[in-house]
Amino acid sequence: MSDFTFWTILSNLLLSARWTVLLSLIAFVSGGTVGLLLLFLRVSKRPWLSWPVKLYIEFFQGTPLLLQLFICFFGFSLIGVEVSAWVAAWIALTLFTSAFLAEIWRGCVESIPKGQWEASASLAMSFVERMRHVILPQAARIAVAPTVGFSVQVVKGTALASIIGFVEVTKAGTMLNNATFRPFLVFSLVALIYFALCYPLSWFSKRLERKFNAAH
Amino acid sequence: MPLIDIHDVRKNFGALEVLKGVSIDVEKGDVVAIIGRSGSGKSTLLRCVNGLETYDSGVISVEGVRVHDQEDKLRELRRKVGMVFQQFNLFPHLTAGENVMLAPKVVNGLSRAEVRELAQASLARVGLAEKFGSYPSQLSGGQQQRVAIARALSMQPKVLLCDEITSALDPELVNEVLKVVESLARDGMTLILVTHEMRFARDVGSKLVFMHQGRVHEEGMPRQLFAKPVTPELAQFIQAIH
Repeated sequence: MSDFTFWTILSNLLLSARWTVLLSLIAFVSGGTVGLLLLFLRVSKRPWLSWPVKLYIEFFQGTPLLLQLFICFFGFSLIGVEVSAWVAAWIALTLFTSAFLAEIWRGCVESIPKGQWEASASLAMSFVERMRHVILPQAARIAVAPTVGFSVQVVKGTALASIIGFVEVTKAGTMLNNATFRPFLVFSLVALIYFALCYPLSWFSKRLERKFNAAH
Repeated sequence: MPLIDIHDVRKNFGALEVLKGVSIDVEKGDVVAIIGRSGSGKSTLLRCVNGLETYDSGVISVEGVRVHDQEDKLRELRRKVGMVFQQFNLFPHLTAGENVMLAPKVVNGLSRAEVRELAQASLARVGLAEKFGSYPSQLSGGQQQRVAIARALSMQPKVLLCDEITSALDPELVNEVLKVVESLARDGMTLILVTHEMRFARDVGSKLVFMHQGRVHEEGMPRQLFAKPVTPELAQFIQAIH
């Protein structure tokens, strides 16, 4: 048989799972940062600020992440910029995550009663000051659960980066399968690793949801 | 020059004309009570004075400066014009003290010690010095509204707009809020109140404005108007309320 024991398969998968975690974290941090910026523009009263963001969100919510990855990976080489699979995956996941988070957070911001905007406005606070000190602290409470819930989508979304050659846990699984010809074992393990990453997040999100619902 | 000059203000909500040319002068130290049926445009008018609503034509000016809808101009205006709302609108994630301190700190850039002192004075002014660390959810409606008044006062406004500030309160809590407003009036604060508290309007107001169908239907000294309304609409309104 092959030289690959169960343990070598598992340890190789676990080692490559580090890149899945890292890519997820980077996508989430940069996607969250861009998403926050988009949120400010999206809830702005000025249509020339909010409309482009609305289109951006519609676009990235309405197209498959896989195509977004392709466009980032091949699109850059079209304009003469060679990007690594890393950078392409990072950019595509950032665009994707920021669009979804901005939309999730917009819903949370809009659920804050109008009186909070009016009271802070009548105290001469600017739009940014009102967001920063009055609206966001309240919206954040509501946003935690759906945000953590969405992070599960991001973790699973990183699997698509395997297609442009980024070696994370799915790509590692494909490679190990090519070497061992044990697809059921390999891909079951890959699935279990994803589950082990995602389940705590969903569990945490549900718990938060319960906690915040109980508080009201 | 009056402190606030409202001249021929008109406003439409779509096809509905809610303000049909309203003019009111408010002098420094005036306590103007605006009464009228719901839908008469009184709250809309009040909200136009600090730019929460825009108006279509006419002029509103505060200390000679026209109320504009540009954000930087609005900010200057709102430093001078405080507002208290029917639903209190306290910030629920902040304590009473933090509610009062927020705007002086953020907008006026006062130091931590200065805002703290200011907030304590403002809360003491409404009789709630000991509630500095309480969250709005731990306060009664009357106390919340008094914190909201303290919060508006902390910006040291030239005029305070009160939009039906006792309408959401349980009857037994109305008086504590009215007492605070009365003491502000006694201290010379300029007030414009939209109110359903007729006795308060009569006893504390220096000027009464009766709005009817988007117009100032009658105005004058509160005691005179209540005793001898000129128009049948005001007579009817007073009768219906009592």
